[in-house]
Amino acid sequence: MDTNDSLRLASLWHSMHAISQQLSPTTGCAGIELLQADTFDLHCFQSLTGTKFFVVCELGTLHMEALLKVIYELYTDYVLKNPFYEIEMPIRCELFDLNLSQAIQKDRIALLGR
Amino acid sequence: MQFFSGSSTSDVSPSPAAPPGTATGLAGNNANMLYIFNRSGVCLLYREWHRPLRTLDANQDQKLMFGLLFSLRSFTAKMDPISADKGSLGVPLLPGQGCSFYSFRTNTYKLSFMESPSGVKLILITNPKTSDHRESLKHIYNLYVEYVVKNPLYVPGTPIRSELFNTNLDQYVKTLI
Repeated sequence: MDTNDSLRLASLWHSMHAISQQLSPTTGCAGIELLQADTFDLHCFQSLTGTKFFVVCELGTLHMEALLKVIYELYTDYVLKNPFYEIEMPIRCELFDLNLSQAIQKDRIALLGR
Repeated sequence: MQFFSGSSTSDVSPSPAAPPGTATGLAGNNANMLYIFNRSGVCLLYREWHRPLRTLDANQDQKLMFGLLFSLRSFTAKMDPISADKGSLGVPLLPGQGCSFYSFRTNTYKLSFMESPSGVKLILITNPKTSDHRESLKHIYNLYVEYVVKNPLYVPGTPIRSELFNTNLDQYVKTLI
């Protein structure tokens, strides 16, 4: 998947998220949290400022909400607090990439214990 | 078939047995809405049981729902991490082509989706805490086949106005858990 495709997918997801709120039968809908497809599950987390994080995982993977929260923490620590990062621009922070892959590789049990 | 025997209708009821995961004892009003679309995006049936919030008029709402499904279908087909050939984004997909989705959940509702090989789309919106509805949708599809498709007076592609289908649907939906 190239950059163009990921941009298009991201904007598609953004609008799907907004439409899903419109179609809610009751008030207070915050958008899609979990999408279950034939071959994958997609968990989405929206921060208070509207930044969306989503993770694509195997069917039935547990504790993805916790992982998304960890990633959000990493984002605030290594991206937003980086003085050289320009807001709304693509993330090019080595420390973030490093910690992100570590968080993903980390044993699930460690994640559970938080 | 005993057409003139005067036996109770339950004996000759063509509706198939309810799938597991449904219980008549634990009747709850978990279902909110049901949409049925045909291949070309015409809304054949819209039925609601519990919908306090309405943001749009019925026609706009149905169009938005169809648009959401269409886009989510192309999204999942493109996002699929398994298949190598994913085509390009936004090209209409045939029923059964590419990776599809069967449900999504928000904090206020859960949407379950099924597409038949002929392109009929069933959308059931329920309480977010309910279980997997793939079997329930198959059952509703069976009801559709029995009471709508097999009705000789029904013209394909027109909105469903079948009393029998509606009552059976209402009855079934009450048993969803």
